[in-house]
Amino acid sequence: MLSIRNIVKQYAGHTALSDVSLEVEQGKIFGLLGPNGAGKTSLIRIINQITAPDSGEVIFNGVKLNQSHIEQIGYLPEERGLYKKMEIGEQMIYLARLKGLSRDEARKRLKFWFEKLGMESWWKMKIEELSKGMQQKAQFVATVLHEPELIILDEPFSGFDPVNAEIIKDEILDLNRKGATILFSTHRMESVEELCDSIALIHKSHKILDGKVKHIRNSYRNDTYLIEYAGERIDFDGNQPFEVNSEINEGDSTYIIKIKLKEGHNSNHVLQYMIPRVRVNMLQEVIPSMNEIFIEKVNLIP
Amino acid sequence: MQKVLLIIQREYLTRVRKKSFIIMIFVVPALILAMGGIIAMVSKNSDQITSEQTVKVVDESGIFKGKFHNSKKIKFQTINQSLKEAKSNITTDSVLTLYIPANYNSKPNSVEIFSKKKPSFKLTGEIEKQMNDIAVNTSLMEHHIDTAFLHSIKSSISLNAIEITETGDKNANVGANVTVGIACAILIYMSLFIYGAQVMRGVIEEKTSRIIEVIISSVKPFQLMLGKIIGVGLVGLTQFAAWIILSVISTKIAGQALHSPQGSMMSILAVLQTIPFGYILGCFIFYFLTGYLLYSALFAAVGSAVDSETETQQFMFPITLPLLFTYILSVSILFQAPDSPLAVWLSIIPFTAPVAMMVRLPFGVPAWQLELSMFLMVVGFLFTTYVASRIYRVGVLMYGKKASYKEIVKWFFYKE
Repeated sequence: MLSIRNIVKQYAGHTALSDVSLEVEQGKIFGLLGPNGAGKTSLIRIINQITAPDSGEVIFNGVKLNQSHIEQIGYLPEERGLYKKMEIGEQMIYLARLKGLSRDEARKRLKFWFEKLGMESWWKMKIEELSKGMQQKAQFVATVLHEPELIILDEPFSGFDPVNAEIIKDEILDLNRKGATILFSTHRMESVEELCDSIALIHKSHKILDGKVKHIRNSYRNDTYLIEYAGERIDFDGNQPFEVNSEINEGDSTYIIKIKLKEGHNSNHVLQYMIPRVRVNMLQEVIPSMNEIFIEKVNLIP
Repeated sequence: MQKVLLIIQREYLTRVRKKSFIIMIFVVPALILAMGGIIAMVSKNSDQITSEQTVKVVDESGIFKGKFHNSKKIKFQTINQSLKEAKSNITTDSVLTLYIPANYNSKPNSVEIFSKKKPSFKLTGEIEKQMNDIAVNTSLMEHHIDTAFLHSIKSSISLNAIEITETGDKNANVGANVTVGIACAILIYMSLFIYGAQVMRGVIEEKTSRIIEVIISSVKPFQLMLGKIIGVGLVGLTQFAAWIILSVISTKIAGQALHSPQGSMMSILAVLQTIPFGYILGCFIFYFLTGYLLYSALFAAVGSAVDSETETQQFMFPITLPLLFTYILSVSILFQAPDSPLAVWLSIIPFTAPVAMMVRLPFGVPAWQLELSMFLMVVGFLFTTYVASRIYRVGVLMYGKKASYKEIVKWFFYKE
C-alpha cells in the first residue's frame, strides 16, 4: 500500500536519507528500525508530508502521495504533545476535525474510545492535569480516532508502564486485524519480533536490511546449535561433524556446548555422533534474535 | 480552507474564553470611567470651598479697601492691624490673612496670604481675580475711563481656531487633535505589541509542547500560521469593539450621574465632536489590522525560530525597533509638525506607518498620501507574511539548534 522509492533527503551539512526504498504491504505491521539519528524520523516526516524529499517519491495505494492522503494517515510522533490548557474532549475533536472528520462523528467515536479505554471521566480535564502515561493514552486515541488506513507510530511504547503498554499493544493488534496497516519505528527489538511482519533497518541514512522478519532471521541462521548432555564429558578430538564454540560445565555431570555444523552435515548427524556417547537432554538451533542481527549489521558499518 | 477556519475558531475561542480576556474587557472601560470620575470629583471639589473662609485683609496700599466682594463661602474683612498682629491672630483654619504692601504695584510678587492650612486653588484664584479686577478698575478710573461702559462691552473671549479646507472651514481644536492622535498612536503601538506577542507565544507553545508535529501532519505550516494570526487578530478586534461599546455606555451613564452643572462634560463632548470619529475609527481599524498582520507574521517567525520565550530577545529587538522609534517620535515631535517630511515619510513606510499615520490623521492628511500609505501597508504585510511563512515552516521543526540570523536566512531559502 505504501511504496517508498529512492528517497533522498539532505539537510544543510548532513544527509538524512540516501536512496531509501521500502515496500509496506497492505494490512501488515511494518517495523522501521535503526539507531537514534539514523533517519527514521526524517522518513516518517516525509510520509506524513511534513517535509518533502529532495528526490524520490512516495506512492500511497498506487497514487503519488498528496494532500488528500492526510486523512488516511494517523501519526503518533516520538515527542508527544498536546495543548496543555485545552480540555481533552475538545482537543481530541479538534484534532480529528483537522483530519477531516465532522464534529458529530468525532464526538461519537471519541465516546466509543473513551469507554473502551476507561477514560470517560477525562472529557473535561485539561492535559496538564493528567499524568504522562495518561497523556500518552489520550494521544494514542487522537492518532487513531479518524480511523486511518495507515497508522504511523514513532516509538509507541516509550513512556507507558507495562500494563498500559500491553493495552496499547492489544489495541494496535486489534486495529491491524480490522485492516489498518501499521508502520512503527522503534529501537526496542523485543517488540519487533512480537509484532512485526516485516522490517527495514536504517543506519546512517542508508537502508541496510529489509524484508519479512521470518526470512531475515532464517537467513541469519548459521548452523549453530546448543546441546545439553549428561554423562561423561566428551573430549572432542576433531572427528565429530561439528566444531565446538564454547563449553559450560553445569555441574552434576551436565554440560552445555555451543556448536557449529561442519560443511555438509545437519542436526541428525550431530545426534548420531552424540547418542552412543552420552544422554542428550536438549538440542536447539540458535537463530539470532533481531537484536543480534541489528547490532551485527550496525557494527559492520563504521 | 476549511481547516484554516477550524484553526481560526480554536485560536479565537480559547483566547476569548479565558478569564483574563473577560476581565480586560471590563477593566479598561472601568479604568476610563474611574479616571473620568476622579477628574470630575477633583474639579467639583475645587469648585467648592467646603467651609466658610474669612480673609482678613491688611491693606497698606489702601487701594483695595472695601472693594472685595463677599461670596457665599468667602468673607472679606479689612482690618487696621499690622501684619504682625494679624498673623498672630490666625488661630483657626478658616481664617486667613491677606497682606498687600504699599508698593505692591512695583513688586508684583509681594502680595502674600497667610493661613494655617494651604489655601485651595479656588480661593487663591478668586482672590487673584478680584484683586486684578480691582487694580485694573482703579487704574482705569485714574485715567478717567468709565468702568460701567467698559463692563457693558466686556466679553469673555476664548480662542477658537478655524482651519480653512476645500470642503469649508472647520473647527480645528488643536488640543483635541493632539490628544486623539497620540491616543490612537499609543493604542496601536500597544496593541501591535500585545497581539503580536500573543501570536509569538502561541507559536512557542505549540513548538515546546510538541503538538506542532501532530498538527502539521494534518495542515500545512502556512495554514496553521495564518489561522493563528487571523484568530488572534479577531480577538483584538473583539476587544476593541467591546471597549468602544462599553466606553460609550459608561460615559453616557457617568455623564448623567454626574450631571455637571458647569457643562464641562458638554464642552469636552463639543470639542470631541469636531473630530471626524468615523474617519479616524475606520483608519484606526485599517492600520491596526494591516500593521498587526505585518508585525504578527514576523513575531510568528521569531516564535518558530526559538525553543523558549527567553531566547526571543535577540530577534525581537530589530523587529520592534522601527515601532519603538516611531512611537517615541510620535509623542515627542511628530504631533508638533504633522506635515514635516519626517512625519510624511514615517507615515508612508509600512513598518512605521500604523503609528505615525495615526498621529497625523486628526490634522488632516492629503488623500494621495493616505492612499499610498494604505497601499504600501497591504504590500508590506503580504511581503512579511511570505517571508515569515518560509522561515516558520522550517523553524517549527527545529529543536535544540540555536537559531542565528545566518541560520534563519538559510531556512528562508530551503526548498519545500
